[in-house]
Amino acid sequence: MRDHWGDTLQPALVQHVELTAIAVVIGFAIAFPLALLAHRYGRLEHPVGVVSALLYTIPSLALFQLLIPFSGLTWTTVEIALVSYTLVILFPNIMAGLHSTPDEVLEAAQGMGLTRLQVLLRVELPLAIPAIVGGLRVAVVSTVAIATIAAFLLPDGLGYPIVLALKEPTPFKTEIYSAGGLAIAFAISCDLLLVALRRALAPWAVTGLA
Amino acid sequence: MMLADAANLHTFVDALRFIGANPGFLAQKALEQLELSGAALGIALAVALPLGIVLGHFHRGSGVAIAGSIVGRALPSLVLIAAFLTLLGIGFVNNMVALAVLGTGPILTNSYDSVDRVDKDVVESARGMGMTGWQILRRIELPLAIPLLFTGIRISAVTIVATAPIAAIAGGGGLGDVIVNQASYRLSGVLGASLCVMALSAFVFVALAGFQISVTPRGLRGTSVIGDQTRKEQQ
Repeated sequence: MRDHWGDTLQPALVQHVELTAIAVVIGFAIAFPLALLAHRYGRLEHPVGVVSALLYTIPSLALFQLLIPFSGLTWTTVEIALVSYTLVILFPNIMAGLHSTPDEVLEAAQGMGLTRLQVLLRVELPLAIPAIVGGLRVAVVSTVAIATIAAFLLPDGLGYPIVLALKEPTPFKTEIYSAGGLAIAFAISCDLLLVALRRALAPWAVTGLA
Repeated sequence: MMLADAANLHTFVDALRFIGANPGFLAQKALEQLELSGAALGIALAVALPLGIVLGHFHRGSGVAIAGSIVGRALPSLVLIAAFLTLLGIGFVNNMVALAVLGTGPILTNSYDSVDRVDKDVVESARGMGMTGWQILRRIELPLAIPLLFTGIRISAVTIVATAPIAAIAGGGGLGDVIVNQASYRLSGVLGASLCVMALSAFVFVALAGFQISVTPRGLRGTSVIGDQTRKEQQ
């Protein structure tokens, strides 16, 4: 494994981190305002929920292939697919977080004379943090997993050494285990980081890893 | 831009032509994929369902349920399939086991949660009426658990069917065989098979959602079936 750290594993890991980070950042940047809109105008929520549930059933391999005619064998293709999957996870979770404020709390806030914007910024959003971070955890971990499938299109990411190894007549175990292990370790470290983030931002929320 | 659009449209027309020209072949591949997925789902159900229900009934082992959900999310399917290939060799068995492991997570977590979270007051009044533990499980907890339980099974089934094409790289057969073999089937074949794969998982999703509605006790039917897909993920 040490022999191939420099030429294979390290670049693959860096690409994988980039693929994941871009997808989650863009996904969040779209999902968050969209959820705020849907929260303000309630009618949007149900249709978006059903569409995203169906979108999530599209197999990643198929989605990557179907995007090729539009954006070719590029990172754009991969990111469009990855961003779609993060949207599907993030949107309902942010919505659930925004809805989680108890009615009494909302009434108390209104009674104290807070404006709508103040209620959102000082009451609803802070209370939504645990659910939002919960959504981010699922989104990050599944993006790390789905990004390995990108290797069917592009020679990038931690999936590529695995795809190459599988094409050999006798699959190279070292590459499968080392690249696979790195992908899992990366996913778990992101997850633990987000748990720490939640503890820092919302210390009142449930403890433990759940 | 116009040119690019025309090229895209052309590609998809070719893909549809491919489907039109090879319906038998694609149906046979789809059946292969359903066979593999069905076997994997069967194993996942046999292992995870009784375990989750029993643990939930005794309110023990929430750690197992959480571990199940983490395993389900953090293990990339490609890594699982590749790792089992090195252990079990190429072919049906390797892929079946890998997909079964992948499908175990949602079933285990949801079956545990669904039984564990049944209203404590309801369970207590059943006990007060003299029901035995088995009767409580059979007549109170399981019927009330059905919506969340079936959501877990549906997520697992869709995950397995949607991941099965990747198994083609390890001799799993199915529509994935066409998708990963652009050299033989060209882009039209690859896209045609991708469309079929999409349709297949959407079909499984809708069929199971319908089945779920039909087995949900009447008193619980007000709850949304499709929208609660992410219920498990709201932490």
